[in-house]
Amino acid sequence: MWDYSEKVKDHFLNPRNVGDIESPDAVGEVGSLACGDALKLMMKINNRGVISEVKFKTFGCGSAIASASALTEMVRGKTIEEAAKITDNDIAEYLDGLPEQKMHCSVMGREALEAAIANYRGIKLEKPVDEGTIVCKCFGVTDNKIAHEVREHKLTTIEQVTNYCKAGGGCQSCHPQIQAIIDEVWHKEKEKAMIEKTQKSARKLTNIQKMKLVQETIERDIRPALLVDGGDIELIDIDGDRVMVSFRGSCSACPSSGVTLKSTVEAKLREFVTDTLIVEEVTS
Amino acid sequence: MKVVYADNNATTKVAPEVLEEMLPFFSNYYGNPSSMHLFGGQVAKNIDNARQKVAALIGAEPEEIVFTSCGTESDNTAILGILRANPRKKHIVISRVEHPAVYNLCTYLAQNGYHVTELGVDKNGMLNPDELSDAVREDTAVVSIMYANNETGVIFPIEKIAGIVKQKGSVLHTDAVQAVGKIPLNLSQSSIDLLTISGHKLHAPKGVGALYIRKGTSISPFIIGGHQEKNRRGGTENVPSIIGLGKACELAKKCMGEEQTRVKQLRDRLEREIVEKAPDAIINGYKSPRLPNTTNISFEFVEGEAILLLLNEKGICASSGSACTSGSLEPSHVLRAMGVPFTAVHGSVRLSLCRYNTSEDVDYIVEHLPPIVRRLRQISPYNRDSKFQGQVSASHHC
Repeated sequence: MWDYSEKVKDHFLNPRNVGDIESPDAVGEVGSLACGDALKLMMKINNRGVISEVKFKTFGCGSAIASASALTEMVRGKTIEEAAKITDNDIAEYLDGLPEQKMHCSVMGREALEAAIANYRGIKLEKPVDEGTIVCKCFGVTDNKIAHEVREHKLTTIEQVTNYCKAGGGCQSCHPQIQAIIDEVWHKEKEKAMIEKTQKSARKLTNIQKMKLVQETIERDIRPALLVDGGDIELIDIDGDRVMVSFRGSCSACPSSGVTLKSTVEAKLREFVTDTLIVEEVTS
Repeated sequence: MKVVYADNNATTKVAPEVLEEMLPFFSNYYGNPSSMHLFGGQVAKNIDNARQKVAALIGAEPEEIVFTSCGTESDNTAILGILRANPRKKHIVISRVEHPAVYNLCTYLAQNGYHVTELGVDKNGMLNPDELSDAVREDTAVVSIMYANNETGVIFPIEKIAGIVKQKGSVLHTDAVQAVGKIPLNLSQSSIDLLTISGHKLHAPKGVGALYIRKGTSISPFIIGGHQEKNRRGGTENVPSIIGLGKACELAKKCMGEEQTRVKQLRDRLEREIVEKAPDAIINGYKSPRLPNTTNISFEFVEGEAILLLLNEKGICASSGSACTSGSLEPSHVLRAMGVPFTAVHGSVRLSLCRYNTSEDVDYIVEHLPPIVRRLRQISPYNRDSKFQGQVSASHHC
């Protein structure tokens, strides 16, 4: 039995905006019968660029129907520009979360929205994620799409990749390739950060820049390593050169978290932000 | 809330007579059957009594029954036990529609030095015995083919298979957890070597099973320990549950006629009326011999998990082979092996009855299931007139 939130159940049992629109201004279709889920999103857009009417039809499980229903509620009344900013995480958050294995339902929502907006703007949707070579033959997922999801959602395991874009969920023969993509993405991100670091080391950081860099480094270089062991870390506050963090998950009870704090967290932050940082653990 | 339980291939309720028979063995008769004193010894007598009842249901000798903790343990004992007893033979034959207890074990063995041949099934879920004959080799240690399929209820021609395996000089194990208690079995007239029984599929509690081992079969124990079960399965016996399994088998023997008549009539009416009221549906395995209690219906253009969630709102308990119910992304391996059309493979619902189901239960399901399918079809972008239904191809993105 899935652990669906009350909001998912409500949107599944009472889906909003089901149906068709006659002569819609924008249509986005993703998925297929063979895939096991599909979404058709239809919108009316007025002369001020505002989405005045929106309808959907979905073939899929409870969370696929709920995600589509939620999406229609989120975009109605918004301008196209505002709607274009909606991410799959926004859809999941609107529903008070989705089970990890169901995240691809919210991804389907975002993709249908992107397709509809492209359709309205009269451009053929040719994002880089749609090009590339097919890695997962079972679900027809390309290397670019996988790399995109890995970066977008900071994914570090094959299982997470499957949850977000289905790749690797069939015969599993592509698992080594998916792992290679994950490794490559994080390797590149690291290189990029190294270059930024050398560029920035000459400059004095403002407080805002420092906060941003600390946050980025934690997300990119520290959290993925901790998540592998079931742990996590949260940035609590920054005061001058003092960075206050709190461990979560298995790290919070781990006797070696003190070592991790100095050897990993502080070392990484000094490497990528500034040498003078001091990291402290606070309990919250 | 009203509950209509139609998921008896998943598990069954413990029969009240079974529970009653078990209770004294939690309190008054708690002795260890291996003890020298009479207090324990009397418990051993009751276990033997249970063993006789299990043997009687399947036409076996009591000494041919070994109690285990579940169907999965029986499957593991049978396959690993035969492999250990025949270390030179490295080949195994199974079907593509085996239960994970056999299928995943053999996948593991295939990664660890064994060769596994998987036999396919046709669109009716049926296996071709000639293909089996070709697959069995000189180094085939064991053939493991289920008696009846848990998802579709399709019954394999197991006696014919047993004959072929015997003639080829190999050993046949059959996972019969869905067949035992639902259809008559007589192992004294058969050449099946090993047969798996699960307690909770026939109104005994969870956590108890049995393995039939034909006299003269050379097999190594799976759980190594004390001398229990004549050195065939170490570990102190789960006494109350074994007593329960004995009683459940006695009841099943008594009720066998009812399974073949009243339960079968309920199932037949259930599937007929559902398909009448909700067209564009396929009864999976309909043309094959099937268990009397099981129906597996695929509704086109809708998804199984969504159906189950709406059935749940009405208090109806069922299962689905849809990908979304299991957390995997692929629909049931059984339905895929049968080549169920892609318009229908995600929309399967399994309803499995038992002797406790009533005519009112069938009425209730027939009243509520078809409107649920209609409601989901109204939400679905597909119907039988859809121009594009999206085949998966290399250029298509799910």
